[in-house]
Amino acid sequence: MATDAPPPSKGGAGNDPAPHAPSTEEFVQVQESAEFGELRRSHRSFAFPLTIAFIAWYLVYVLLSNYAGDFMGTKLFGNINVALVLGLGQFLTTFLIAWFYSRHAAAKLDPKAEAIKSRMENRMETRTEGDA
Amino acid sequence: MSPAHTAAIELAAASDASEHRTLIISLFAAFVVATLFITVWAGRQTKNAADFYAGGRQFTGFQNGLAISGDYMSAASFLGIAGAIALFGYDGFLYSIGFLVAWLVALLLVAEPLRNSGRYTMGDVLAYRMRQRPVRTAAGTSTIVVSIFYLLAQMAGAGVLVSLLLGITSDAGKILIVALVGVLMIVYVTIGGMKGTTWVQMVKAVLLIAGTILITFLILLKFNFNVSDLLGTAASNSGKGSAFLEPGLKYGVTATSKLDFLSLGIALVLGTAGLPHILIRFYTVPTAKAARKSVNWAIGIIGAFYLMTIVLGFGAAALLKPDDITASNKAGNTAAPLAALEIGGGGDSTGGAILLAVISAVAFATILAVVAGLTLASSSSFAHDIYANVIRKGKATEKEEMKAARWSTVFIGVVSIALGALARDLNVAGLVALAFAVAASANLPTILYSLFWKRFTTQGALWSIYGGLIAAVGLVLFSPVVSGKPSSMFPDANFDFFPLENPGLISIPLGFLLGWLGSILTKEKPDEGKYAELEVKSLTGVGAH
Repeated sequence: MATDAPPPSKGGAGNDPAPHAPSTEEFVQVQESAEFGELRRSHRSFAFPLTIAFIAWYLVYVLLSNYAGDFMGTKLFGNINVALVLGLGQFLTTFLIAWFYSRHAAAKLDPKAEAIKSRMENRMETRTEGDA
Repeated sequence: MSPAHTAAIELAAASDASEHRTLIISLFAAFVVATLFITVWAGRQTKNAADFYAGGRQFTGFQNGLAISGDYMSAASFLGIAGAIALFGYDGFLYSIGFLVAWLVALLLVAEPLRNSGRYTMGDVLAYRMRQRPVRTAAGTSTIVVSIFYLLAQMAGAGVLVSLLLGITSDAGKILIVALVGVLMIVYVTIGGMKGTTWVQMVKAVLLIAGTILITFLILLKFNFNVSDLLGTAASNSGKGSAFLEPGLKYGVTATSKLDFLSLGIALVLGTAGLPHILIRFYTVPTAKAARKSVNWAIGIIGAFYLMTIVLGFGAAALLKPDDITASNKAGNTAAPLAALEIGGGGDSTGGAILLAVISAVAFATILAVVAGLTLASSSSFAHDIYANVIRKGKATEKEEMKAARWSTVFIGVVSIALGALARDLNVAGLVALAFAVAASANLPTILYSLFWKRFTTQGALWSIYGGLIAAVGLVLFSPVVSGKPSSMFPDANFDFFPLENPGLISIPLGFLLGWLGSILTKEKPDEGKYAELEVKSLTGVGAH
């Protein structure tokens, strides 16, 4: 065990000396901070339900294709049927979700992540602000 | 006989006619020369490990998005999906949906955290909070298994396809093609590293998209941009009527085949975010934001491409007789080139010959770019995870590690030439689906638990990687893919105890379950400090390389 894991003082599995590599204690401190909790919540409360939703929607589509052939074969206009429209709907929702997530990330995640990162990498400021 | 020659004969005629073959070979050669030039140029700039493994991390989001598309859109998706649509109509189209929706898993859960917390390989993230040597060994094993299965399918496919397009029928000729593809990919990767591979993939993506737009446009033009008309002609020409536009022709036959389809669907949607050759592409950009941007570009490009393959596939069904499609390749892999030949004016026309040559060259470029990406993923993982961190216990110098990466590229290349040559007549379609299933069963659970579950332990990681891997490979071994059916690898043997061709339905939940069980059934305490590091880094990018 002791030979397997790198010493806890330096960040990560790497051997590169990083300019202001925070210590494990600092990482634990930040992980427990309200600010980081907020960032984690913004990511998880958005990404987790959305992932479950699009996988469910995809599975509904697969199951309909499997077990609801008549419904899927219903013609809507010309030779375009429900199956084709729902299939194209999967394309559309994929594009929309990608856009929706990116907008959320840019507005809600990036500024918080940026703030924590710059504070941790300029350690002196962390100390004074963190202890206040 | 029909007024025109049958398309299969036209293809043979076109391939036999030496001027057409000369044109195809010239285009192949032009691509090879251009990419070798790029490779040498990239090789000169490859000085350290970050250059070799991650292309210097200086690609833009757009460039990487293009390269991801080039890495992902394999010959299987270009020729395979178009062919499946041409033969089975709607059921062929279902593949592309799974392949595309899968990118959302990568976008929402994997790309950015991975970019922030890893350096070169998938193993970097999986082993971060765990005991290094066992988890690195497991991650390296799974990376190499997934990549080799995928690689083998591409190599064998290349042999069949290129020989067909060039009209080569002898076994020696096919083996020669496989060897040529293998040697080129070794050269790309050993000399150009990630930088060279990335540029080759970008060039290929542009060619593939341009070629597909051209053929799609010509097909739509023929039908006056009336998609309903195109679909109607395809349906009546297929001889299956409106059933051709509805689900069920391929997978709806029996209750087992329906379950198989569900299994495939799950493996496709969860597999992408666990494919090592895709994951390492996220390290080629400087930040997590750029990684996000590259996935967005990839979703746009890949989505547009799959939309066009629908036109390509139904176009082939509308323009060609079903028998002609299956005459040259039973799986329909030549439907797109045949449609190109037909839309250009048929086998005797210059237009047809030029379009056939263009599409053939694009297919060739596609194969080369994908095999290069796969070889790089497996040799990086061997050199970085297994050689540097397990065998040398992290004490290898950068020079030694890069040397190991180059030698393992040569080794993996030679092995895949040999296997590809042996497998050239086997049914290899199952191999790509298997690669996705292993990625979804062994890699994805471990990645997600590592990033998001505080109590995940080394034992959990080992159980989910090896458990998912063994379950997926084992179930395929005892499936109709390997034995028991005329289309099996060994049609005369009968050890097909597992009825489904795709193991995902069982092996993916099992991978998740084992990761959880392994973690709760151990006295081992999760390393909380390490998890704090990983979690904070993965969400903020602190100390990212």
